[in-house]
Amino acid sequence: MFEIILGAISLGLLWAIMTIGVYITYRILDIADLTVEGSIAMGAAIAAFSIFNGMNPFVATCLAFVGGMLAGLVTGILHTKLKIPALLAGILTMIALYSVNLRIMGKANLSLLRIDTVFTPMENLGLSPTYSVMLFGFISVMAIVGLLYWFFGTEIGCAIRATGNNPQMARAQGINTNNMIILGLVISNGLVALSGSLIAQSQSFADIQMGIGSIVIGLASVIIGEVIFGTRNFFNCLISLVLGAITYRIIIALVLKMGMPANDLKLFTAITVAIALSLPVFKTYLRPIKKSMNGGDL
Amino acid sequence: MLVIKDIEKKFNAGTVNEKVALSGFSLSLTEGDFVTVIGGNGAGKSTFLNCVAGVFGVDKGSIQIDGLDVTKLPEHKRSAVIGRVFQDPMMGTAGNMGIEENLALAYRRGKTRSLSWGISNKEREIYKEYLSHLDLGLENRLHAKVGLLSGGQRQALTLLMATLKKPKLLLLDEHTAALDPKTADKVLQLSDRFVKEGNLTTLMVTHNMRHAIEHGNRLIMMHEGRVILDIKGEEKQQLTVEDLLKRFGQVSGEEFANDRALLS
Repeated sequence: MFEIILGAISLGLLWAIMTIGVYITYRILDIADLTVEGSIAMGAAIAAFSIFNGMNPFVATCLAFVGGMLAGLVTGILHTKLKIPALLAGILTMIALYSVNLRIMGKANLSLLRIDTVFTPMENLGLSPTYSVMLFGFISVMAIVGLLYWFFGTEIGCAIRATGNNPQMARAQGINTNNMIILGLVISNGLVALSGSLIAQSQSFADIQMGIGSIVIGLASVIIGEVIFGTRNFFNCLISLVLGAITYRIIIALVLKMGMPANDLKLFTAITVAIALSLPVFKTYLRPIKKSMNGGDL
Repeated sequence: MLVIKDIEKKFNAGTVNEKVALSGFSLSLTEGDFVTVIGGNGAGKSTFLNCVAGVFGVDKGSIQIDGLDVTKLPEHKRSAVIGRVFQDPMMGTAGNMGIEENLALAYRRGKTRSLSWGISNKEREIYKEYLSHLDLGLENRLHAKVGLLSGGQRQALTLLMATLKKPKLLLLDEHTAALDPKTADKVLQLSDRFVKEGNLTTLMVTHNMRHAIEHGNRLIMMHEGRVILDIKGEEKQQLTVEDLLKRFGQVSGEEFANDRALLS
């Protein structure tokens, strides 16, 4: 049991990076960006192929990050310059990436068994695989949280936040909203691909299918984090995302442990997210009931 | 300061829904002019302001601000010299961001944004000072989210943001229409003060004839996409609502059909 939780925490830390990427588009830019389904697999594909062919795993991971940024750039240009609605632009890139990822790997999956990854140096220090993933994940997540906290406090970062919040106002204040949307998508997908590359290295294989449903997992983690751990300020939000991603992994590990067939996992996640997203509607239904129970005063 | 030559703007050109919003519209403002713009529904007032601000391009003609041809310039680039306040109080500010963050965004209008901090402690003192002039108690709520403010407070803040970096042109697009009469008067007084203090060249669209007459040094009336009345100086000062209605009838050959303007 303890080991299952430990595994969930270490995997959750890697998914936290992806969750932060989803947060940047979904909450800060106010765009549901489906590119992530392709870019997470792209990160895995680039890292797996490069490492398999003898590249230094750290360089390969950086390359995955750059690949994700390019995917974000494509969606950004489709959306802003070519005026395709954001949702559709993301879907187009996602579908295109499926073929691109197959091209990168040359086949549907690639094994990294008994090949050195970014986690190997820590394993060499005597840590178990789970603990090395946890330590490496923790360091990376904290570095990313720190960097993003700084970035979104800068002039450019504030301009991105304003663009997502009120594009009309942003343009009236001289902000090039198109460039800000592209920049946000680039950073977001870079992080998602980075996450994908680390996940592939921790599980020792990359699979063309691994992106399916990842946007929903990302959203579930964002919502769980926000609801349970709060959104008092931006730093609190970032930490909540990390804890949300870990909590999601623990929940999944527990329901699997309790005997839910793994095949039902995506259905379970979709229902969870649907309920979480529709909570505001249920609250308005519940209010009159509560009111009558409290004798009319609320 | 602002020279508009013969602009034309059509919506849905070439379809059955084609609508000529502006045709042969020309106007020229000198520095410090405070022009009120009035007209019936669909006269093209907002289209005119949006064309100047660059929200959409014009089909014909040219727009110059202080000698610079901005006809082809995108909206965000024109913003370097234009301050704007919108009809909808939600539109001029970012509701999820703090008061000081909104001001900091406005403070950097027209400047290339970099990776330096989005707001400095020195600025905070300046903002406090400016906010205290608004007399709304906002100077003690620098961190508060703008979404928590009332419509009137948001419009006052937007006005401050529009003038924080002195604009060459201030555009007020029915900026008091969504406010209750008392708040509207307060925001109008504030607008008057900012315009006077900064000697700002200003265009104010309004539905309210009384406001159009009481404010500014020049009044233009629009009808079917062009200027049909242009009253300035002495004549403007002696203008009454009745005069304005009569002259509208003479020039356009129609009754002034706008309940909102007549009732308020």
